[in-house]
Amino acid sequence: MIDLSLLTDGGVGWLDASGPQSHLVLSTRIRLARNLAGRVFQGRNSETEREQILQTVEEAARESVLLRRAVRFRLDRLDRNDRQLLHERHLVSKELAGLDPEGRVRSGAALLVQDRAGVMLNEEDHLRIQTLHSGFALDEAYADADRLDGELGGRLPFAFHAEFGYLTSCPTNVGTGLRASVLIHLPGLVLTKEISKVLQGLAQVGLTFRGLYGEGSEVVGNFFQLSNQTTLGKTEVELLDHLGKMVRQVIDYEERAREVLLRDAPAIIEDKVWRAYGLLRYARALSFDEAMNLLSGVRLGVGVGLIPGVGMYTLNRLLIHTQPAHLAVAETVAINDPELPIRRARYVRKVLEDEVERLR
Amino acid sequence: MDCDQCHEREAVIHLTQIVDEQVTTLHLCERCAAEKGVESAATVGKTPLGGFLAAMGKGVTPQVAGIGGACPRCGATLQDFRESGRLGCPECYRSFEAPLRDLLRRLHGSTHHVGERYAEPGHEPAVEPVGDGRESLRQQLRLAVETENFELAAELRDRLRVLEP
Ligand SMILES: [Zn+2]
Ligand SMILES: [Zn+2]
Repeated sequence: MIDLSLLTDGGVGWLDASGPQSHLVLSTRIRLARNLAGRVFQGRNSETEREQILQTVEEAARESVLLRRAVRFRLDRLDRNDRQLLHERHLVSKELAGLDPEGRVRSGAALLVQDRAGVMLNEEDHLRIQTLHSGFALDEAYADADRLDGELGGRLPFAFHAEFGYLTSCPTNVGTGLRASVLIHLPGLVLTKEISKVLQGLAQVGLTFRGLYGEGSEVVGNFFQLSNQTTLGKTEVELLDHLGKMVRQVIDYEERAREVLLRDAPAIIEDKVWRAYGLLRYARALSFDEAMNLLSGVRLGVGVGLIPGVGMYTLNRLLIHTQPAHLAVAETVAINDPELPIRRARYVRKVLEDEVERLR
Repeated sequence: MDCDQCHEREAVIHLTQIVDEQVTTLHLCERCAAEKGVESAATVGKTPLGGFLAAMGKGVTPQVAGIGGACPRCGATLQDFRESGRLGCPECYRSFEAPLRDLLRRLHGSTHHVGERYAEPGHEPAVEPVGDGRESLRQQLRLAVETENFELAAELRDRLRVLEP
């Protein structure tokens, strides 16, 4: 089993809910796609070449400041549970972790991570530089990613084209290679049924959304990952500004939706969030999806001040630690253990009880 | 992931809907999505390339690509790209430049990278001071054309085009 305690904050420093707007925005992520010049892309390369890429990048990382003390995880040498654990912590993509039903982990698949910065190796592109910050912090997260990009790019030959910019395996990422995403909780817009309109509006201005776990993932617990769709023809700053502006607008809509709910249906909302709390506090079996939806309700209740005495950090922790691989590891059972829902409910009860005790 | 509708093909479109105050995501293959009249603007494709790829490069003869239209560096063909949605190597961007430029315009609304420029290790950043940078490129271009170094000329023209306002 892997030892996540090697990582600062177990690699989930972004959970601390310390960042701006953290009652709505869980985290901000920046990803820069980079490839090494003179080498074929991942889809056509061999095991040996992927090994070379891994070594070359590791060497460069050792000389850098941001990844000098990086912890390395070789996904290709981890069992499925551990790979899923890293994925649940939002440190590696589903693809890199080889978690698709038909998917297998690719040789050379690895992660280097130090504090809030890291790089995925032998993903769809040779390098996926990534940073993860708490709350709504596009500028800070980009500053870190840009710095790491400079550090690695100063030591590695990146594939760059005068007209097309940074060359990527998929043309949807070419140019800046930048994907900035903001993980935001939008229960107000879901309850007022305005969410489709908002998401369609975002699509029209070149933004896209995904679920909790990024590409191809489902929306659970009313968490949406909003990000830029295009990567070419605009500067990094323009892309970030545009996303930032739109996210601020979505935050605004969400706040307004909550006001409307509290004004027009206060009793229903109050009942809904307390019911969610009650179930989490006393249920004896919880599926992951149910836990996520109830946590969403409690989060809303805490956000609008209806439920006192529950911290956002506690809710964030529950979000991470009730996931299947996390729970299985903590309880030392198999990930398909039939009693996982029972164990999940017990864990949630314990955390919420402790929270009550703590505030007594 | 299988398509929720036909359970046969790979789901590439993930449509979010609201049913009974719950957000649910419907996973559809391209064909079933089309049958449901799902427009790409309201959906998130696993690869937003979808239809672009199918139409791409038809009737276009790759100018740089070698025999059989394969990239001389990695051997990938346009057909490979259409099937996988992935290019074979950085050189593919030159090998399939014309159809790719067309695709990039449709995907991104632009073909010109205007963001940060990469500085090769040991070199100054590739930022060219507007003005004399452009002038020096024009000179190099004239020279390249005179010496019939058309490959270089094409690249210089590209670089100039990037710098033109
Ligand atoms: Zn189908
Ligand atoms: Zn190629």
